[in-house]
Amino acid sequence: MILFLFILIPVVGAFAAWLSAAAHKMLPRWIALMVMVFDLALAAGYWLQTAGSDGWYVTFVQPWMPRFGISFSLAMDGLSLLMVVLTFFLGVLSVLVSWNEIKERAGFFYFNLLFVLAGITGVFLTMDLFLFYFFWEVMLIPMYFLIGIWGHSNRLYAALKFFIFTQAGGLLMLLAILGLYFVHGQNTGTFTFSYFELLNTPMSQEMGRWLMLGFLIAFIVKLPAFPFHTWLPDAHTEAPTAGSVVLAGLLLKTGAYGILRFVLPLFPEASQFFAPWIMLLGAIGILYGGKLAYAQTDFKRLVAYTSVSHMGFVLVGAFAFNELAYQGVVMQMITHGISTGALFMIAGSLYDRLHTRELEKMGGLWPALPGMGVVAMIFVMASLGLPGLGNFIAEFLILAGSWQSHPWITIAATIGLVVATVYSLRIMQKVFFGVSLREYRLPDLSFREVIMFVPLVIVIIWLGVYPQPVINTAKPAAVPAVAVHHPLK
Amino acid sequence: MSATDFLSILPLLIISASAVIAMLLVAIKRNHRVMHAFTVLAFILAFGALFLHPGQLPYVIAPLFVVDAFALFNTGLILVAGLSVLFLSYSYFEQREERKEEYYILLLLATVGGIVLVVSQHFISLFLGLETMSISLYGLIAYLRARERSDEAGIKYLLLAALSSAFLLFGMALVYAESGRMDFTGIGRYLATAGSVPVGVVAGFGLMLIGVGFKLGIVPFHMWTPDIYEGAPLPVAAYIATVSKGSMLVLLMRFYRDIDGYEYTILWWVIAIIAMASMFAGNWLALLQQNVKRLLAYSSIAHMGYILIAFLAGQAAGQEAVMFYLVAYVITSIGAFGVLALLSDKVRDAEDLEDFRGLFWRQPWLAAIFTGMMLSLAGIPLTAGFIGKFYIVAAGVDAGLWLLLVLLVINSVIGLFYYIRIVAMMFQPLDAPQRKPLPFFGIFALTGLMLLLLWLGIYPSSLIAVIRDMVLTMG
Repeated sequence: MILFLFILIPVVGAFAAWLSAAAHKMLPRWIALMVMVFDLALAAGYWLQTAGSDGWYVTFVQPWMPRFGISFSLAMDGLSLLMVVLTFFLGVLSVLVSWNEIKERAGFFYFNLLFVLAGITGVFLTMDLFLFYFFWEVMLIPMYFLIGIWGHSNRLYAALKFFIFTQAGGLLMLLAILGLYFVHGQNTGTFTFSYFELLNTPMSQEMGRWLMLGFLIAFIVKLPAFPFHTWLPDAHTEAPTAGSVVLAGLLLKTGAYGILRFVLPLFPEASQFFAPWIMLLGAIGILYGGKLAYAQTDFKRLVAYTSVSHMGFVLVGAFAFNELAYQGVVMQMITHGISTGALFMIAGSLYDRLHTRELEKMGGLWPALPGMGVVAMIFVMASLGLPGLGNFIAEFLILAGSWQSHPWITIAATIGLVVATVYSLRIMQKVFFGVSLREYRLPDLSFREVIMFVPLVIVIIWLGVYPQPVINTAKPAAVPAVAVHHPLK
Repeated sequence: MSATDFLSILPLLIISASAVIAMLLVAIKRNHRVMHAFTVLAFILAFGALFLHPGQLPYVIAPLFVVDAFALFNTGLILVAGLSVLFLSYSYFEQREERKEEYYILLLLATVGGIVLVVSQHFISLFLGLETMSISLYGLIAYLRARERSDEAGIKYLLLAALSSAFLLFGMALVYAESGRMDFTGIGRYLATAGSVPVGVVAGFGLMLIGVGFKLGIVPFHMWTPDIYEGAPLPVAAYIATVSKGSMLVLLMRFYRDIDGYEYTILWWVIAIIAMASMFAGNWLALLQQNVKRLLAYSSIAHMGYILIAFLAGQAAGQEAVMFYLVAYVITSIGAFGVLALLSDKVRDAEDLEDFRGLFWRQPWLAAIFTGMMLSLAGIPLTAGFIGKFYIVAAGVDAGLWLLLVLLVINSVIGLFYYIRIVAMMFQPLDAPQRKPLPFFGIFALTGLMLLLLWLGIYPSSLIAVIRDMVLTMG
C-alpha cells in the first residue's frame, strides 16, 4: 500500500495545487512543498526501516485489465528505493527552486511538476511492463508543458523535439513489450505482462535480440546516448530551472533504470551479444559530450552536454556485467542527479541575478557572490570527479568494473575524466574568476537558496566519504542483472 | 413479419417514425427548441429500445436483416454519436440565420441509413441503407447554403457519392451474376464451394471496394474528405466522421467475415496496401495544413489506415481492436469537432490554427477538452485513444504484421507532430483573455465525452468485456 501512496500523494497534491491557485496565488507552491516533503519523509523513513534487508521489500498488486493479463503491480527493491528517495529529494528542491521563478499560472505549473514526479515514481516502482510503458508515457505530457509554457525563448521547438524523440523511442519499446508478451504467451501458455513471469522467457536467439533492441532504443534515447542525444541540450536550455533539475536529475535516470531493470535481466544473451557495441557508444558519448560541453558558451547548454558525457559512464558500466560496475552505475545515477541538479540550480540563481546565461558576459563574480561561488566550486569539483565527492566513487567503480571486461573501452572512458576536468574548470574560471566586466552588486545566497544548496552539499560529500549505505541498499538488486552472465564468461 | 421481428428492430423503427413525425411538426409550427427536444427524445427512446430486444441472438429477419450483439452494439454507438452531435447542434444552428428545423429531419434520416447498414446482411438492404444515408448527407452538408463553401461541398459529395454508388451497384451486379446470391452468407458459401474465386467475382469485389472505400475515406478514394469536412457545418462533419464512416466499417467487417475474406491473399494485400497508403497520405497531408478542419480530415484518413491494420490482423483480437478503436475514435472525433463548434461564432467557424492561440488562458475547460481529444488521437496514455492504439498494436503483433506495425509507429510519430502543434498553439501567451459564455448543452456533451475518454483510458476493462463477449458470440 505504501508504494501506491508514493504515487498517489503527488497526484492528489497536483490536483490540489492546481485548484488552490484560485483561492490564493501563494497556495500552490506551499501545497507542492508539503506534498514533496511528506513523500520524502515517508520514503526516507522506509529506507531506515528496511536497512539491511534483501530482495523485494513490498509489493502491491491489483488486477487492472485481466483481458490482457495486465495488473497494477508495484514492487520495491534496493534500486527502486534509492531512485524513489532521489526523486522525492530532488522533488522538494525543484519546488524550492521555482519558488520565486514561477510567477505566471503557478497553479498549473505545480500541477505539472507534481505530475511528472508522480509519473517518474511510477516508472521506478512498477513491475508490470504495460504499466511501465503507461507511466513512461504519462510523465512526458506534463514535462512537455513545463518546457513549453514556462521555458525560455525557443521553448516550443525544444518541447516538441523532446516529446517526439522520446515518443518515437517509446513506441518501439511498446512493440518490443508486446512482442515479448506474445512470445511468452505462445511458449508457455500464460499471457501476462508481469515482470517476474517474463524473466527467463524462452525465445529464439534472433527474437531476443530484436526485442532487446526495441527496449534499448527507448532507454538510450532517454539516457541520452550518442547519437540520440540531440534533444537534450535544447530541452535543458529552454526549460525552467525546475524542469532542468527534473530532466537531468530524474528523467535521464529512468533510461538508466530501464537498462538495469529490464534490458539486462530480460535479455541476458542479447545484452551480452551487443555489449561491446553499446559500451563503445557509451565511450563515444563520454568523449563527444565532453568535447561539446567545452565548446559551449551558454551555461545551461554546457551542463546539458556534461550530462551526455556522464551518462556515457552509465552505459559503459551497465554492460560490463560485473558487480563493481553495477554499483558504480547506481552511484552514478544518484550522484549525477545531485551534482547536475545543483549546477542547474546555480545556473538558475545566476540567471535570476544577471539575466543571462552567457559565460562571456559573466566573470569575476566571486567577490560579489562568495557563497554561491563556494557551492559552485563544490559541484564543479564533484562533476570533474574529485575524490571525496560522490561522483568520484561512481566513476571509479564503473571504470574499475569495466576494466575487467573491456580494457580498451575503459581507457577511452578514462580519458573522459581529463576532458571533464577541462570543461569543469572552465566553468569556474569563466564565471567566478577572471576579469570582472562590471562592478557587480548582487545579493548573495538568500535564505531559501541556502536551504536548497546545503542539503545538496551535505549529500554529495556524504556519498563521497561514506557511500556504503547506498551500495548496501543497491547490492541485492545487482544479482539478477549480473549473476546471469557469469556462466557465460 | 411477426411481433418479435418488429420488436427486434425497434430502434430502427423508432428513428424512422420520428423522422415522419418531425416532418409533421415542422408543418404545424416552426420551433427550433421543440424540434431539438423531440429529436433528442427520439434518440434516447431508440437507445432504450436496444435493451428490449427479445429472444435469442443472433436474430435473423430473412433475408435482409440480422440482429446480433455486434449489430446491437454498433446501433448503440451510432445512437450515442448521433445524440452527442445533436447536443452540439443546438447552439451552433441557433446562432445562424437559416431555417433550422429541417436539419433534424435529415439527421434522423441519415441515422436510419446508418442503422440499416449495421444490421444488413444483404446487398439490397446494404444499398438502401447506404443511399438513405448518403441522400440525407447531401442536404446536411449543404445545409448552411448562404455560406461560401457549403454548396460546393454538397455538390462535390453528391457527385462523388453517386459515382461511388454506381461502382458499388455494378460490383454487386457482377457478384450476383456469378454467384446468383445477394445475401452475404450465401456468397460465402458459393465461394467456399467454387474453390478458386472466379474473375467476375474478383472484379465485382474490386468495384465494391471502390464504393466502400469512398465512404470510409481511405486512399485513393479520400479526395472528398478535406473539402467536405471544411464545407459542411461542424456538427455534420462530426457526424460524417463517425456515424457515416463507422457504419460502413461495421458493414465491411460483417461482409468480410461472412464471405471468409481472410482466406483470399489477394484481397488481404489490396487492403494492406490501402492501409499503408492511407496512413502515409493522411498523416503527411495533415502535417501541411493550417486549417484545423482539414487537418482533422486528413488525420481521419490516417486513422482509417490504423483501423485497417487491426482489421487485417483477422482473428478475434483484431476485431475487438477495431471495435475498441472505433469507439475511441467516435468519442474523440465528436469531441474535437464539438470544441470547434462551440468556438465558432455567427460569422465564421473557428478553423484556423490561429483561432486556438491562447485558448488555454481564454477558455481553460474547453482547451483542456481539446487537449484531451488531441492526445487521444495521438495515442497518449490516460486517454481511450492510447488503449485503442495499444489494442491495434497488440493484435498486429499477435498476427505478426511487423511491417505494418513499424509503419504505424513511424506514422504515429508524424501524427504526434501536428497534434502537439495544436496543443502548443493553445498555450501561447495571450494579451487580453476574454471569455464568452458557452452554451450549456454543448459543454454538457463535451464534458460527458471527456469523462468517457478518461474512463476508457484508465479503466478500459468495462468496455473490453462487452466487446469481447460480442465478438465471441458473433459466431
